[in-house]
Amino acid sequence: MSIDVNMAEIAQLFIEESLEGLDIMESGLLNLDLGAADPETMNSIFRAAHSIKGGGATFGFTEISEFAHHVETLLDEMRQGQRAVTREGVDLMLQSVDCIREMIAGLADGTIDTTRSAELEVELAKMLGEVEPAVSLQDEVLTASSGGSAPNDPQTVEHRVWAIRFEPLPKIFKSCNDPLRMFRELQSLGDLEVHAQGVDELDFEQLDPEECHLNWTLEFQGKVSREQLEEIFAWVLDECELSIEPLALEAEIDADDLKRTDRVPAESPEPVAKVSVPKAVSKKPAVKSVVSTHENTSIRVNIDKVDALINLVGELVITQSMLSRFSGDFDFTQLEGLREGLNQLSRNTRDIQESVLGIRMLPMSFAFSRFPRLVRDTGHALGKKVELRLVGENTELDKTVLEKIGDPLVHLVRNSLDHGLETPEQRVAAGKPETGVLELNAYHEGGNIVIEVIDDGAGINKDKVLSKARESGLVGPDEQLSDEQINNLIFRAGFSTVDQVSDLSGRGVGMDVVRRNISDLGGNVSLTSESGVGSKFTIRLPLTLAILDGQLVRVGKESYIISLVSIVETIQTSAEKVSEIAGQSEVFRLRDEYLPILRLHDLFDVPADSDEIADGLLVVAEANGQRVGIFVDDLQEQQQVVIKSLEANFRQMQGISGATILGDGRIALILDVQGLIQMFHEKTGQVPVLPAVTA
Amino acid sequence: MKQRVLAVDDSASIRSLVNYVLGRAGFEVVLAEDGQEALDYAQQNTVDIVLTDINMPNLDGIGLIKGLRELPTYKYVPLLVLTTESGTDKKMEGKAAGATGWIVKPFDPVQLVSTVEKVLA
Repeated sequence: MSIDVNMAEIAQLFIEESLEGLDIMESGLLNLDLGAADPETMNSIFRAAHSIKGGGATFGFTEISEFAHHVETLLDEMRQGQRAVTREGVDLMLQSVDCIREMIAGLADGTIDTTRSAELEVELAKMLGEVEPAVSLQDEVLTASSGGSAPNDPQTVEHRVWAIRFEPLPKIFKSCNDPLRMFRELQSLGDLEVHAQGVDELDFEQLDPEECHLNWTLEFQGKVSREQLEEIFAWVLDECELSIEPLALEAEIDADDLKRTDRVPAESPEPVAKVSVPKAVSKKPAVKSVVSTHENTSIRVNIDKVDALINLVGELVITQSMLSRFSGDFDFTQLEGLREGLNQLSRNTRDIQESVLGIRMLPMSFAFSRFPRLVRDTGHALGKKVELRLVGENTELDKTVLEKIGDPLVHLVRNSLDHGLETPEQRVAAGKPETGVLELNAYHEGGNIVIEVIDDGAGINKDKVLSKARESGLVGPDEQLSDEQINNLIFRAGFSTVDQVSDLSGRGVGMDVVRRNISDLGGNVSLTSESGVGSKFTIRLPLTLAILDGQLVRVGKESYIISLVSIVETIQTSAEKVSEIAGQSEVFRLRDEYLPILRLHDLFDVPADSDEIADGLLVVAEANGQRVGIFVDDLQEQQQVVIKSLEANFRQMQGISGATILGDGRIALILDVQGLIQMFHEKTGQVPVLPAVTA
Repeated sequence: MKQRVLAVDDSASIRSLVNYVLGRAGFEVVLAEDGQEALDYAQQNTVDIVLTDINMPNLDGIGLIKGLRELPTYKYVPLLVLTTESGTDKKMEGKAAGATGWIVKPFDPVQLVSTVEKVLA
């Protein structure tokens, strides 16, 4: 049983590896220059197909292996330059990649649908110039194993005497083949008599011990096929003269017996002969049941990262032993040493923390890899010519964030392709190159990752957006908006400029969902656009969900944490700059803007040091394109805090995204600025202020 | 003393399979991802047998075999090629480079063990 479970786990590894291999194939195929394919790319595509074929057969996924075999054959011809790399070829390969992916997905629920693969096999065979698909591996084995009964027929198993003449070349030892091994193997199959020749001629004075100077005549008696005997010498056929002749038939074998041994050579006493029989069919059920429960829970970590971590732990141990010296009889002369030890401990802790978080980090290319295909297909469907540029693929990001950013990114890219980029005709008319450029750019900035989706399309049609917004009542008829405010309108729920729902976007899932998904990850998204020049979506995300760069603020005796990402600036203002609106809420003037003041002590009902604006500070924070000034008593230090979920221990609270434990053991709540703004509006009954200017 | 097998394959699943199967059969298994990694290891260490894939990045199986045979300590170490190529071309190319023999993938775990044991007997 344990064998099966382990095999199943290894098979799961094969599945993960194959999916990676398919990604390599896909991106390789998309990067191929037709006509002048880069040999290294071709090789890596080929290797991936080759591994899927080999692994598939080894783990008993015959359908996948057989299909991959056809793909591999075509790729091999392309790789060897026997076949030109054509668009049709690449398209067919891409379809095959999809097909293998589906088959692998099918493994999870145990149903491999071979309809599509069968169709593609016909296509592949056509391209390979074959009339019908090549015989499958299993067929090959079956055809090969049905044989007649003549003594010289390789398959016939009869009890008889064989005369074997074996004359190895002197160099046979150089490949590390030992005639004795072959004799032993023969012995295990039946009775063997060995006659060595050449002993008399040996000149021990001049003998080269690294060469073989003897040859043999063997008389073997046993119930074996010629093939089994030949198999024993298979490795040295190029290093010897060999003849195997049947002498006499010892006894007739009954027909049933013959049939059985014949079909299943692997069950014969010494199974060297049929190493290639795929026996894995019986393994399948075990594999399948495990596949469904083991989905994507593992993570592959570069060994360097693990080594670095082990090193750091080593450092920690050194620090520990250094500090333990003080645990006995401590006196103040040792204070300097203790302080040094503690400094080292804090350095170790920081390094280990960074390093451990690094293990969860994956390069952006995991999220980017699907776009070449998506852009190619979508561009094709829309009749637009698009060049995709991927920048910063090696920028690393937390695995969870990476997985969750995929869908919003796809949405933004589709949106840019659909609404941003123009058709070739429109572009030419506007004096632009026919081919539009879509750029995905990822880079680190502070403790954040920034992902940009940039197109050189028509940009946002501000008039159209504004009139749509007025139609749907999002904006009052006389309200004047800045460009940025207009740009931000497209993130509002219920907003769409599309007159007719297109195939790709504008089907209900709007940009508001994109914004919500991103803010669920603790990030934000903004848009800048210039008419006729293009648009740029900028997504800003924390590198990880487990740790947050926070600013501690104090209200009375309570400390709260505001994520540094959401803080724009902190100011001290005076009562003159504050005005009240309709006796309900206060606003203050910050340069050209009026921002509402959100009094934390009112909202959470905790006593503050003072109600006077001038006595405290206003933390200008932004969420979802809205800005507010959060009134607090004081700023405390900035620090990285580990986020403890409130939901897991208590329940979800509006305006609070979690809690953390401070150095002195107190608990501080982490503020969710977006939630706070909502709470504030609900409390004051004020309509949410329009998106403010985003820098 | 456990006999040490150096298994070289660019596919992680094949590596774990070989590792698992031979490990259970009582061998000490050392794994390498490609020919270069294997050759680097071999320059510092000795093993009792080498199993290698053919198609690998950096240094392929043929290159590895040639490199190993040049090392004095590997002159008489059995080198087996793990290959999906059932055609004779690759086998002969391997032999010409100095391989002892081959095991055709897909291999059955039991047969893998018995072949390795036979060669080391």
